Amino acid sequence: MNAAIVGIGATDFSKNSGRSELQLAAEAVRAALDDAGLTPSDVDGLVSFTMDTNAEIAVARELGIPELTFFSRVHYGGGAACATVQQAAMAVETGAAKVVVCYRAFNERSGHRFGQVQTAAAANIDNSWSYPMGLGTPAAMVAMFARRYMHEYGATSEDFGRVAVLDRKHAATNPHAWFHNRPITLEDHQNSRWIAEPLHLLDCCQETDGGVALVVTSRERARDLPNKPAHVKAATQGSSVDQFTMTSYYRDDLTGLPEMGVVARGLWERSGIGPSDVDVAVLYDHFTPFVLVQLEELGFCGKGEAKDFVASGALELDGALPLNPHGGQLGEAYLHGMNGIAEGVRQVRGTAVNQVGDVEHVLVTAGTGVPTSGLVLAR
Amino acid sequence: MIDIEKEAARIAERGESAPRLARDPVNLPMINNWLEAIGDQHPGYTEVAPPAMVQVWTMGGLHGQRSADDPLGAMMAILDEAGYTSVVATNSDQTYHRYLKIGEHLSVTSTLEDVTGPKRTGLGEGWFVTTRSTWYVGDEPVAEMRFRVLKFRPAGQPASAPEAPAAQPEAPKTHVIRPSVNRDTEYFWEGCRQGELRIQRCGGCGLLRHPPGPMCPECGATKPKYLVSDGRGVVYSYVVHHHPQVPGKQTPFVIALVELDEGVRMLGELDGEPSIGQRVEVVFTKVDDELTMPSWRTCADR
Ligand SMILES: [Zn+2]
Repeated sequence: MNAAIVGIGATDFSKNSGRSELQLAAEAVRAALDDAGLTPSDVDGLVSFTMDTNAEIAVARELGIPELTFFSRVHYGGGAACATVQQAAMAVETGAAKVVVCYRAFNERSGHRFGQVQTAAAANIDNSWSYPMGLGTPAAMVAMFARRYMHEYGATSEDFGRVAVLDRKHAATNPHAWFHNRPITLEDHQNSRWIAEPLHLLDCCQETDGGVALVVTSRERARDLPNKPAHVKAATQGSSVDQFTMTSYYRDDLTGLPEMGVVARGLWERSGIGPSDVDVAVLYDHFTPFVLVQLEELGFCGKGEAKDFVASGALELDGALPLNPHGGQLGEAYLHGMNGIAEGVRQVRGTAVNQVGDVEHVLVTAGTGVPTSGLVLAR
Repeated sequence: MIDIEKEAARIAERGESAPRLARDPVNLPMINNWLEAIGDQHPGYTEVAPPAMVQVWTMGGLHGQRSADDPLGAMMAILDEAGYTSVVATNSDQTYHRYLKIGEHLSVTSTLEDVTGPKRTGLGEGWFVTTRSTWYVGDEPVAEMRFRVLKFRPAGQPASAPEAPAAQPEAPKTHVIRPSVNRDTEYFWEGCRQGELRIQRCGGCGLLRHPPGPMCPECGATKPKYLVSDGRGVVYSYVVHHHPQVPGKQTPFVIALVELDEGVRMLGELDGEPSIGQRVEVVFTKVDDELTMPSWRTCADR
């Protein structure tokens, strides 16, 4: 695509920000513009998540962005993350806008916590087949998939735990990560309390207050800006047959994430690269089991083989497919996938704290279990 | 082992919860109901509310739920988990700064002030939990309350039972999460009321479908009918839910995704030892006149 991410910005990641979500959004956008070497008056487009409470016009007012010619929202929770960049890139390509900022900011720990049962969500007809039956948290909804996956492929809780251990290992050396200097062992994972069997506490990502923003513009404009651009080589969304939000339990089998399969096909087709060309993978990790399923859907290994792929050490920083060098959402922060895109940009720039050698291509994915999206970022 | 003091410090550190707005402004009908219920004959409450009513204005209602950042709820959950499953209120001290006028809209915040224990009491070993609530009109604090409860382990219960089913005074069985029902789904809930587990069947091509919808994805017909299921099937997958608390349920509990013999899958709570492939049958539980919930119980192989 004729678009690049030229600026990244974030607030601190905390458990109690002490400020409004709008302030977090405004701070993140300002930081991203500073990083891009642009000013608010350069911005004419804003994109966020449907779930974000900060209206585009409110963000524009705080920043002093005078005029907007493009504003857009993407549905389905964390599934929106990479799609915000797709929206921005399409806007830039079509001329709908010249400089688009994607943002996501929330007090997800001190304010509205997604991990609690949202009784109001049962007002949604789809949710009326799950919430009233007692299935009302994201962890429990993922656990239903995980149990069947274990049954079909012989995966164990330890296989899921290895993902958490790896993310926390990477976070331990990332000063921006909430779990900086706090690695865990597989034993810690196994000893952590049950949240929704077969998921332990340490299979579940943290809850975070904070904001992240990304600045997208054309490749030509990017050449004149101070930072090395991360080119958007491919971006796509994905939804699949008989799709639900978190509860796609009625398909023929329950071991895959076919909507991520749609994303994978789109990314490989449009970027012209394949799994073996990926230098760094930033995979959405709100719950560990879906990292395994993603590895399979994206073609890094065969169906049911992810447990062996993970155990082989391939995902270590010096492995064949370094995973989440920033620590992911299990280790760095839960910013609905947007912090993962920022890490992808840093890896392309060569400025990440856990930099993986010479990076040409980074794969980034968005929320799993929901209609989702993905990106290939390139030098 | 749960470090109760550390957890308490963590909750206290969060400070004041977000303001929760009262359902209705201060109003005369509610004042009159309250005066009648209390037996207060004072004629003066026509423009202002009795100060002692302050807590009434921000009550959650019959189906109320604690807000996610409510410190008392969070602390109760931790003590439940540590085995201190019973609760008794011990003190409630209120301070009123002024009369509340009809039409004023209150909001309330809450902070965790103190958690002390473990103490031996006549009821059993327990922890005293003190919270402080502040009522506001706009930014102006108008009343305060210091509220203390004793969360205790009933005498005779073992010292450490972290995974034992906890009594949950916040979520009695009747406060369930209710389904939303519309034209496309009412046949199902009507069936439950009549003790029938209904599966949508397309009036055009006969496709069985759950969850249902208004248009058949196979043939496009918009005349869905239903068949009555035998209510038997096998567990396709299941979850044992431990955290957080779920309204109307006592943790841990099992939710099973059941593949019915007719071929469709359906979620429901499962009574019995879960395993994939376990045969189950449907049970109906009447919640009230409007709602009957289907769930599963294990049964023998055919
Ligand atoms: Zn049909």
